[in-house]
Amino acid sequence: MKAPRFEYRAATSVAHATELLAEYDGDAKVLAGGQSLVPLLNFRLSNPAALVDINGLGELGGHRLGADELHVGAVCRHREIERDPQIAARCPAIADAVAQIGHVAIRNRGTVVGSIAHADPAAEWPGLAMLLDAQFTARAVQGERTIAAGAFFDGFLSTVLDPTEVITAVTFPLPPVASGSAWIEFARRHGDFALVGVGAVIECADESITSARIVVTGVSDTPVRVAAAERVLHGAQPGEALFAEAGRVVATQVDPISDIHGDATYRRRLAQVLTRRALAVAADRAA
Amino acid sequence: MTATDRGHRDEWVGRSVPRKEDLPLVTGHGRYVADIQLPGTAEVAFLRSPMAHARITGIDVSAALAGEGVVTVVTGADIRATVLPFTRFVDQEFTPPGLERAAHPVILPCPMPVLASERVRYVGEPVVAVVAADRALAEDAVALVDVTYEALPVVVDPVLAVQSGSPLVHDDITDNVQATFEVRAGDVDAAFAAAPHVERFNYETQRQAASPMETRGVLAVHTDVTDETTVWTSSQTPYMVRTRISEQLGIAEESIRVVVPDMGGGFGPKVQVYPEEVLLAHLARTLGRPVRWIEDRSEHMIATAHSRDQRHTVEVAFDDSGLITAIRDDFLMDAGAYNPFSITCAYNSAVHFRSVYQVPHFQVRGRCVLTNKTPNGPYRGCGRPEATFAMDRAVYQIARLLGLDPVEVMARNLIPADAMPYPRGMPYRDGQEVVYDCGDFPAALAQLRALSGYDEHARARQAQPTSTAVTRRGIGFASYIEGTGIGPYEGAVVMLDSLGRVVVRSGSAPHGQSHDTTMSQVAADVFGLNPDQIIFSAGDTSLVPNGIGTFASRSAVVAGSAVLLAGRRLEQRVRAIASELLEISAEDLVVDAGYVHVRGDATSRVSLADVYRAALPGPQARIPGGTEPGTRELQYFVPPTVTFGAGFLAATVSVDLETGGVVVERIDIIHDCGRMINPVVVEGQLQGGILQGIGGALYESVVYDENGQPLTTTFMDYLLPTSAEVPEIRQIHLATTSDRNPLGVKGVGEAGAIAPPAAIANAVADALRPLEVELNRLPLSPPTVIEAITRAQR
Ligand SMILES: Cc1cc2nc3c(=O)[nH]c(=O)nc-3n(C[C@H](O)[C@H](O)[C@H](O)COP(=O)(O)OP(=O)(O)OC[C@H]3O[C@@H](n4cnc5c(N)ncnc54)[C@H](O)[C@@H]3O)c2cc1C
Repeated sequence: MKAPRFEYRAATSVAHATELLAEYDGDAKVLAGGQSLVPLLNFRLSNPAALVDINGLGELGGHRLGADELHVGAVCRHREIERDPQIAARCPAIADAVAQIGHVAIRNRGTVVGSIAHADPAAEWPGLAMLLDAQFTARAVQGERTIAAGAFFDGFLSTVLDPTEVITAVTFPLPPVASGSAWIEFARRHGDFALVGVGAVIECADESITSARIVVTGVSDTPVRVAAAERVLHGAQPGEALFAEAGRVVATQVDPISDIHGDATYRRRLAQVLTRRALAVAADRAA
Repeated sequence: MTATDRGHRDEWVGRSVPRKEDLPLVTGHGRYVADIQLPGTAEVAFLRSPMAHARITGIDVSAALAGEGVVTVVTGADIRATVLPFTRFVDQEFTPPGLERAAHPVILPCPMPVLASERVRYVGEPVVAVVAADRALAEDAVALVDVTYEALPVVVDPVLAVQSGSPLVHDDITDNVQATFEVRAGDVDAAFAAAPHVERFNYETQRQAASPMETRGVLAVHTDVTDETTVWTSSQTPYMVRTRISEQLGIAEESIRVVVPDMGGGFGPKVQVYPEEVLLAHLARTLGRPVRWIEDRSEHMIATAHSRDQRHTVEVAFDDSGLITAIRDDFLMDAGAYNPFSITCAYNSAVHFRSVYQVPHFQVRGRCVLTNKTPNGPYRGCGRPEATFAMDRAVYQIARLLGLDPVEVMARNLIPADAMPYPRGMPYRDGQEVVYDCGDFPAALAQLRALSGYDEHARARQAQPTSTAVTRRGIGFASYIEGTGIGPYEGAVVMLDSLGRVVVRSGSAPHGQSHDTTMSQVAADVFGLNPDQIIFSAGDTSLVPNGIGTFASRSAVVAGSAVLLAGRRLEQRVRAIASELLEISAEDLVVDAGYVHVRGDATSRVSLADVYRAALPGPQARIPGGTEPGTRELQYFVPPTVTFGAGFLAATVSVDLETGGVVVERIDIIHDCGRMINPVVVEGQLQGGILQGIGGALYESVVYDENGQPLTTTFMDYLLPTSAEVPEIRQIHLATTSDRNPLGVKGVGEAGAIAPPAAIANAVADALRPLEVELNRLPLSPPTVIEAITRAQR
């Protein structure tokens, strides 16, 4: 199908982008990599009056890896993160996850921030954002605000972002160097959106777990942090039996939907199995 | 061989000549329907039924007509007087006497409108055509058409469709069975009565969409001065398109030219002639400007024929050694809302069911059942993968019941080599008795056992029958047989052009099969040329007067033979003309490298251009007595019946017991496609088929909900295997020369696609031993594998 008619507006600065978004009063959409938006337009599932293209804004490009945070600009592509070996060394969960987003062609175009704004509950970046407590910087003509990942996703393909706001960057606080992290998912084919994905971060001291985080994607209308399973891990000794127990708790905590690729029972099983596997890998990496 | 003593040459046939097609295609110079630009072209978009079954109570096109850029809006009522519906379907009008006698097919008419005007029977059925300045505007206007529907009860499940009280898809087909047949070989009842063991199994192969990379597309233009309508279409059967347009619009075939440009795949669904092809020809004629319609993918998923979708109930009679004495198979094919191919696929399932096995007593009933879904048609393999899935799963299941090695049981049931040619006691679809022409099945199976490492695998498992590993490896075998090169005929023109070049024109239009390369190899050997020097064209009804098309693994066999026959005729004629010019007997002349020269004296020669000129009409013509002028030979090859390719395939898989995920690690295949014109082309055909077979085994499924709404209309939901899912593939070629055509070839186009689903299911069953899992429904998606494991553990 062909997209319905829309106006194409190229932003010349972040301020200009916000002005354009204000001009259409909520009826314009930011165009980043277009890997999610363009299909929606072509299926005529989205019918905006205008697209505001931010791809020309050099100031929104690139990423910066600091000592304890990763800063990603709004037009930084998945591929750029994937190809930074220091990120993989510093926080392997990010590298695990990003390599599983679609195919190379999609990762060359699609952006980290676009994925977060699109808020697909099976997508990797929203899950990583929840796992690492990311902060988003959103700008509108009225000014700028910071939104925490935990408060950002409010439903299927839905966020608290106002349609006149543009996200300029995202900051991922990184877990301590001595921690271990992993992202494991299961998809029908290479490059598909995962049926279920699990991200885990584990910190250990003196043979016991001092901190653990678990995020599951594909089981709800947003990615979910599973505090009950995290509590099982706190203070316990890492090991297969413990991780299996955490997996069982995850299975009791999630309430997945059914679709043609897997019913709720199957997705719950995946959440359980993948939690155990992700924790084992993360613990292994927490040297 | 030297240039002077070539009597019979075999220089190019048999060699892996690089494909002539590749350079333009990989450098972006392919020309597909959507690439052809004609000034003033208007674009068509269709309003398709959103309902699975409904009466149309009103259509209001006024708003759409007023839409921006709209040229016209056409409904079924508008064309009722001028465009006839589809009433003639394959096999419906003519059942060969041999088939009639043995199978008593009953095929009921179920006419298909070009545009539905009273009733819609599946989601996707075309209702209104909008013609506008461009496609986006046409789609805008489609949204303005107001159709009111009155919902009718829907039938989605073919098993329910045949029960009394089911909603009827066509009112006059009162049990929804549009076509049926029953055929038997041997004395089935007696064999069952005498059998030590009888088991019954159910097998289900899902509905699939062949999904060629290029969707369908049509461009039509009418030229008043010549009164010719030209239709470019992405079709496997341009001549059939010509015939349907002629019959349904009431114009002579002579004023219709159908051209198939480069094609991004066909795989079966493009064998059928569709409403869009007929309607666009009509629109071009009435609007007086070119019109085109390019199908988009989500449209393709509902508007282009699906395939497979069979349910078999199989009873097997066997003895303690696993020898199968008799099989009864009763199956349904979900035909969808119309059944353009009537018993084509279903009868293929019946005739290939017993594969490479003896099974002396066999009875099968097939019923093609109407439901409120997209019509069903052929897809690579056309009924064979379905049958093979049932047959080779049954072999594995009875081996399991008897505690025997399944590959041993396969071996025990094979037709021995010395029994060839082997009659099967039933006719092929062409009405001729099925007689497997040649092949050594036991030797082939033994070779595959060695190649796949099966014996080591089986020994290792015996040494350690239980395992605690989460990921398990399994090897599964399956077999196939394939009647290839079906008639009725194919035509070829071989001629000299004015520069003395050899031109080959085929009635069979390619869409990825490498006709240019392989037919050029055949012609090159006849004329002592390099294949690159042969000028090949096809896919245009103006080139060869009559033709059939590319499907059913037939082109190498039937079209290749036509090229050979026409080529030989021309070669003789060329020598005869040269003999007049050189004044020496034709027997002493050799055609080579663009010249005809005297055997043993390459300097006494005339060029092919000289021959061309000498054959022009007129007083100076130097043509053999009693013949017409010219250097153009048209030949049709009519095969006596099909020739049988066969093979065995082994899949090595790993299965994750916790997720149900199956990974195909390797496919080994041993196959016989007769003499190979070009081994690399054969390998490519097998690889593509195998990958599609993997898709059918693990990934692909067209899903409808209970209201007949399709749930898989994008490639996010309809999962095709991608390059990332391609395993290692190893091939062994056996080449037993067929004596049913002058080239000695058998077809190979579909061969790769037939056995993978059965082999992969058998491999998964093998990996999960000692659990006894039932894997009798495709695809083996991870949830279904988990379900099977869970059931077996209970
Ligand atoms: C075949 C295929 C497979 C894919 N597989 C995966 C996968 O496995 N996992 C996965 O996570 N993703 C997958 N994707 C999606 C891909 O990752 C997209 O890149 C991503 O979801 C959106 O990023 P984008 O830059 O393309 O955003 P766009 O498509 O340009 O925009 C998406 C949405 O976000 C909004 N938006 C974008 N940027 C901003 C901003 N700065 N401020 C405010 N709003 C903004 C847009 O207005 C739009 O609503 C796949 C895509 C395809 C085509």
